[in-house]
Amino acid sequence: MLECTPQTITERSAGKINPAKTCQPIGAMYAALGIHKCLPHSHGSQGCCSYHRMHLTRHFRDPIMATTSSFTEGACVFGGGANLKTAIKNVFAIYDPDVMAIHTTCLTETIGDDIPSIISSAEIPAGKLVIHTNTPSYVGSHITGFANMTKGMVNYLAESDGKPKKEQVNLLPGFVNPGDMLEIKRLVKAMGIKFIMFPDTSGVVDSPMTGEYVMYPSGGAKVEDIRDSGNSKLTLALGSFASTDPAHQLERKCKVPALTLKTPIGIKATDELLMALRQSFVQEIPAELATERGQLVDVMTDTHFHFHGKKVAIFGDPDVVIALTEFVLSLGMVPIHVLTGTPGNAFEKKVNAMLLEAGVSARVKAEGDLFELHQWLKHEPVDLLIGNTYGKYIARAEDIPLVRIGFPVLDRSVHSYLPVVGYKGAMRIIEMISNALLDRADRDAKDEDFELVM
Amino acid sequence: MAKLRQIAIYGKGGIGKSTTTQNTVAALAENGKKVMVVGCDPKADSTRLLLNGVVQKTVLDTLRDEGEDVELDDILKPGFRGTRCVESGGPEPGVGCAGRGIITSINMLETLGAYTDDLNYVFYDVLGDVVCGGFAMPIREGKAQEIYIVASGEMMALYAANNIAKGIKKFADSGTVRLGGIICNSRKVDNELELLKAFASELGSQLIHFVPRDNMVQKAEINKKTVIDFNPTEPQAEEYRTLARNIDANQMFVIPKPMTQDRLEELMMAYGILD
Repeated sequence: MLECTPQTITERSAGKINPAKTCQPIGAMYAALGIHKCLPHSHGSQGCCSYHRMHLTRHFRDPIMATTSSFTEGACVFGGGANLKTAIKNVFAIYDPDVMAIHTTCLTETIGDDIPSIISSAEIPAGKLVIHTNTPSYVGSHITGFANMTKGMVNYLAESDGKPKKEQVNLLPGFVNPGDMLEIKRLVKAMGIKFIMFPDTSGVVDSPMTGEYVMYPSGGAKVEDIRDSGNSKLTLALGSFASTDPAHQLERKCKVPALTLKTPIGIKATDELLMALRQSFVQEIPAELATERGQLVDVMTDTHFHFHGKKVAIFGDPDVVIALTEFVLSLGMVPIHVLTGTPGNAFEKKVNAMLLEAGVSARVKAEGDLFELHQWLKHEPVDLLIGNTYGKYIARAEDIPLVRIGFPVLDRSVHSYLPVVGYKGAMRIIEMISNALLDRADRDAKDEDFELVM
Repeated sequence: MAKLRQIAIYGKGGIGKSTTTQNTVAALAENGKKVMVVGCDPKADSTRLLLNGVVQKTVLDTLRDEGEDVELDDILKPGFRGTRCVESGGPEPGVGCAGRGIITSINMLETLGAYTDDLNYVFYDVLGDVVCGGFAMPIREGKAQEIYIVASGEMMALYAANNIAKGIKKFADSGTVRLGGIICNSRKVDNELELLKAFASELGSQLIHFVPRDNMVQKAEINKKTVIDFNPTEPQAEEYRTLARNIDANQMFVIPKPMTQDRLEELMMAYGILD
C-alpha cells in the first residue's frame, strides 16, 4: 500500500503527506465533553462538526454529541452572528444542556466572527452557561484545540473568592483517554488529597450501557468545581502541550501556582507526579501505591530481556510521545525515531535532552508527517512501532509490529477504558510491548527455535 | 454578433471609479451598446446614477431575504437606455466576508443566466483595493479580460494604481486578463497629463483618456444622473463619449510591468510632484 514511499529523503518546504495530527476543533470538542452536562457546539459549516463527531465516536465507540451553526453561503458572507444566536436559542430549548461550549472552525476564524460579542447579545436562559474558544485548524493541532478549550473553561468559569487557598489540587489531565483520567484520579485519591480535575471525560465518553439513553451521562467536571479551581493552592498541568497554557491562565486569573509535569506515563513520570503531590500536600505515599510501584519494578526486571536493547519508533501527540520516550528509555529500549505532527520546538528540545542523557542518538521531529517517519524507517529499521492507528500502514509495509497507544485508535477496542498512565498503566504498556515482540518472535521462529517458555 | 467584452474597473478608493464607469456606460448605451454593470462593492453605489437614484436591492440582500430561490428580475434592474444594473452588495462593515460575497453574487449571476448573448459589454466596478481573493473574482477564471485603472496625478492614487498593476500581472501571467489602459480622472495636479502619460507608458500601457475636472459631474450626481443623462450637450459629456469611444476601439492589451517603489518616486520627482 505504501510501497511507493521513496527511501531518499528530499527537503520539503511545503505540503504534508499523511499528517500526524488533526484539527483543533476535535480537541476542543473532546475537552468540552469533559464538563458535566455540556454540549459542544461547532461554529461553522456542518461538515466540520460531522467529521469531528465521527472521528471521536470511532475512537471511543460511544456516540459523541455536538451541535453546529450550520453555515450556508449567506452566513459566510454576512457573518455567523444570526446563526449562532439561533443555535444558542435552539440548543437550550431542544437539548437543554447546562453548558454550551462553542469552538470555531477555519471558516468562521477566517471571516473573523467575533464570538464574545455574539454571545453577549444572545438570549441565554437563566442559570445556563455559554463558553467559547477560538480554534483555527491552520494553527497547531487537535492538542492546541484541547488546550484552548481548557483555557476557555478557565476564562469563563474559574473564580477566586479571595480567601486563603484551599488544600486542594487542580489536575489538568491533557488529551488522554477516560481510562487514564480515572487512573490519575485514583492515584490522587489514594494519596488522600482533595482534587478538581478538568476536563474530565470519564463517565461521559465511556458511559455504561444501562438500557436507557441519557443525553448527558453522569460524568464530567462539575461547573461549581471548575469555578472553585480558582481557590486551589496548586495546579498540576499534565503534559505541557495540552495543559500548560490553561494552567498559566489560571495562575494569572486566580493566582493559583502552576506546575507542569509530564503526562504520567511510565515509572519516572508517575513518580514525579506523586512526589509533587507529596511535597505540596505533606502526604506520605500510601502502601498500596508503593506496592504497585514495586510490582512494576518486578515486572520490568523479570521481563527485561523481552524488550531490552530493541529499537523503537514512536509517533503521536507530543505530551504522550515525550512521556513514552522516557518510559521506553527506562525499559532499556532504544528510541531511534521520535515524531509528532503538532508544531512546537519544545518537543524536540525535551526529547533530545532525554536522549542525550541516555546516550541515544535519534531522529526527532515536531510538525513532521508519517511519510517522513516511513522514510526514516527505511533508512534505519526498528523492532517496534508505537503510535496510533495510522501507523498500521507503515507497520504493514515494513513488516514491523505496532503497539497502539494514543489518539486515534480506530481499529481496536477497549483501549479507552484502560489506562496507560500510572504504575498500572506502565505495566499495561509493558504487556503490550512484550506481547507484540514475542508474537513476532513466535511467528518468525523456526520449528527448532519455537519456545514454550519465553 | 460582436464578442462580449467584460471589463473591470479598479483604482484607489474615492478616485471616481463609480462615476467614471457609469458615465462611460451611459455613453456606450447612448451609442446603442447593450451593457450590464455589476457593482462589486459592499457599499452598493455603483449603479445609482444609471438608475436615477432608485435604490437597487443587492444580490446578497436578496439571497439573505429570499434564500437560494432568487429570480433574475429581483436583482437586475433596467437603468439609463436599457443598461442592466446589478449590485452585488455585501455585509455591514466589520462582519462577515465581503470578498466571499462577490464570489457568491457573480456565481449567482452566471447561474441565473444574466450573461445573455445580446450583451456587448459587462462592466465590473470593483472596490478600491484588491484586499483578498474575493475582490479579484471579476478577473479570475476568464471573466473580465480587460482592466482599466482609474488614477489621478496624486501620489497615493499612483501608488494604488501601481499596486493594482502588480495584482493584474499575477493574474495575467497565468491567465488571459490584460491591462487596457489608465483612465485619468483629473484632480488638477500640476503636470498631471504628462505624469499620467509617463506612468502609463512605464507600465507598458497607455493613458486611454484624460477626463478633466468639471463641477458639472457633481451637479449631475446631485440630480442622481450621469452627465450624459443630465445634460447631453455639456462638454464634459463629450469627454465621457471620447473615453467610451477609445475603450470601444482599444486594441492595446498588455501584461503590465509594475514599478518598484523607488522608480515610482523617481517618476513623480521628475514631474515635480514631490517639490
